[in-house]
Amino acid sequence: MPAPYDLNDDSVVVIIGSGAGGGTLGNELAQKGIDVVILEAGPRIEYDEFINDEWDSFGQLAWLDNRTTGGGWRVHKDFPNLPAWIVKAVGGTTTHWAGASLRFQEHEFKTLTNYGKVEGANLLDWPITLADLEPYYAKAEDKMGVTRTNDIEGLPGNNNFKVFKAGADKLGYKECHTGRMAINSADRDGRMGCQQTGFCFQGCKWGAKWSTLYTEIPKGETTGKLEVRPSSHVLKIEHDDSGKVTSVVYADKDGKTQSQKARIVCVAGNSIESPRLLLNSASSKFPDGLANSSGQVGKNYMRHTTGSVYAIFDKPVHFWRGTTMAGIVRDEARHDPSRGFVGGYELETLALGLPFMAAFLDPGGWGRSFTTALDHYDKMAGMWIVGEDMPQEQNAVKLHGELKDKYGMPIPDVWFTDHPNDVAMRNHAYKQGMAMYDAVGATRSFPTPPYPSTHNLGTNRMSEKASDGVVNKWGQTHDIKNLFVSDGSQFTTGGAENPTLTIVALAIRQADYISEQMSAKSI
Amino acid sequence: MVTIYQGRSGLSRRELLKRGSAAGALLIISGSAVLSTGEAWGLESTALKPETLATLIQMARDIYPHDQVPDKFYAIAIKSHDEQAGKDAAHKELIEKGIADLDQKSGAGGYTGLGWEDERVAILRQIEETPFFQAIRGGLVVGLYNQKEVWPIFGYEGESYSKGGYIARGFDDIEWL
Repeated sequence: MPAPYDLNDDSVVVIIGSGAGGGTLGNELAQKGIDVVILEAGPRIEYDEFINDEWDSFGQLAWLDNRTTGGGWRVHKDFPNLPAWIVKAVGGTTTHWAGASLRFQEHEFKTLTNYGKVEGANLLDWPITLADLEPYYAKAEDKMGVTRTNDIEGLPGNNNFKVFKAGADKLGYKECHTGRMAINSADRDGRMGCQQTGFCFQGCKWGAKWSTLYTEIPKGETTGKLEVRPSSHVLKIEHDDSGKVTSVVYADKDGKTQSQKARIVCVAGNSIESPRLLLNSASSKFPDGLANSSGQVGKNYMRHTTGSVYAIFDKPVHFWRGTTMAGIVRDEARHDPSRGFVGGYELETLALGLPFMAAFLDPGGWGRSFTTALDHYDKMAGMWIVGEDMPQEQNAVKLHGELKDKYGMPIPDVWFTDHPNDVAMRNHAYKQGMAMYDAVGATRSFPTPPYPSTHNLGTNRMSEKASDGVVNKWGQTHDIKNLFVSDGSQFTTGGAENPTLTIVALAIRQADYISEQMSAKSI
Repeated sequence: MVTIYQGRSGLSRRELLKRGSAAGALLIISGSAVLSTGEAWGLESTALKPETLATLIQMARDIYPHDQVPDKFYAIAIKSHDEQAGKDAAHKELIEKGIADLDQKSGAGGYTGLGWEDERVAILRQIEETPFFQAIRGGLVVGLYNQKEVWPIFGYEGESYSKGGYIARGFDDIEWL
């Protein structure tokens, strides 16, 4: 049964956020018998309530609190108040994610070593290696039921995948399949198999796709050691004179301010809200924000080098049918500077419904060059580019100088400009993606610009030295022993891979560490 | 909400004379309504001038031209501006002034008097950075493409959960590869 904890109970671990990082960490700690309170800003919406309709679902799940943007990215022009397409609900963005679950490659943990100094980039090696993370990747894959691991069969290829695969074969790509997906290809772990419904981004109404909402969280609650408080928007983390964090101040579902005492606080609010919270928690002892002695809180904001390629054929594809992202080419994920950039990228199948295709194909576009593309919507195929982008110090989540939210806290202002390496990689990926479709007879193709970010990374980065980053190799802040970061904001660099599997692996590993440190009474 | 009703027969001579002159335009103004004789529907205006609504419908089609999509859906897509104009005087002014400017730039016959889409688009290109144009275009992205009745015209099938997904309904039925 869910355990209700007292606001004055200072023995609990308070986790802020219930997504891939927070939801997983909460369950892992609860399974070890540790008392956990998860504060989730959004409401609890169970999976049978999800909506097979893009705009209605967006209204139901998306994080729509006001945010501002700046910098050279096109999102700033087209979607000035929507830097990210992420979720405000129990389960966080694991309700919306596509399910692609890839391990980082070994070289991606040591980018400064392997890529060398890249002008304008703030590259740094992770303080951990692939070998450190491998056991946790294995646990994460088993937990999430990732296809093509643990003898789990791959998902069947849908129409969009078949076009994609035919193009990959024509170009001579060797590693193309229906992906490593945290979507059941058959019944597993009390959840059913994929029914090829589409609408993966709108929340899986079958529960076939892994989400903390209906896996980690109820499992944790069953232990009696985990309480999830929905509609609890955290405003500030407080500390004592010694600098240890002591409590978390939040606005409850009625907008009333509450304060939950804590032995340990873990921040997992995604890479925009997590640094915002640390910055908004500034005090006389920590005038630049909590855990910010390095000055790196909010800096090095990464969003992956993304983009899409859509193409039109002379015959129907019906690409919206079936799993949205079950298709991948991994051949370009390698580090091969002869292509004109460092790092690599994945190509993954993607489909949007007609309403979102109209919004995202060419934002702001109009006239016949735009509408004749949509006229052939049923003959379209599509893919998404996801590649490693360069951390840059000026790409940052900052506190807005004037605008405040309804609780009086400064809103986040998200700045991003592509690095020349990002642009070179994207152009290469556009060319390869268009060539794949041309090879199977596309009559027209579209290099589509990046959408608002779903992969938000790096704003509380992990570093060996306290002067280079915000957290150590356990996600523990360098400055405050009982304050942790448990989401994608701890990524030192982004890799070419969709980040969720790595976030989950880090959370499992962090739970082991927190439990050991608690037993040793060192925190 | 949009008022859709059967177009009536026996239009008066005065009503017929108000028929727009743009090629293909079958919209006529009658009292406070825009009527489509061909498609047999009408759109009642409440805040904006009916002539303004008729021009907005043409403008909507010129921004997002789909020859297979009937005027009715463009009319539904722009109707929200009439509703908003009823509540917000600034919005009413934005639209009425925007349309007046469009007509003025288009010469003696006004915007709908220009016979070719290219001619009208050339005028729209002159104003595409204006708040007026962006309000109309931006509203259409959702107003037009999020109408469930429009989806089948593009082949989009919409909601699929209630039908059991596509696992037995063609998720992998492509045959031409």
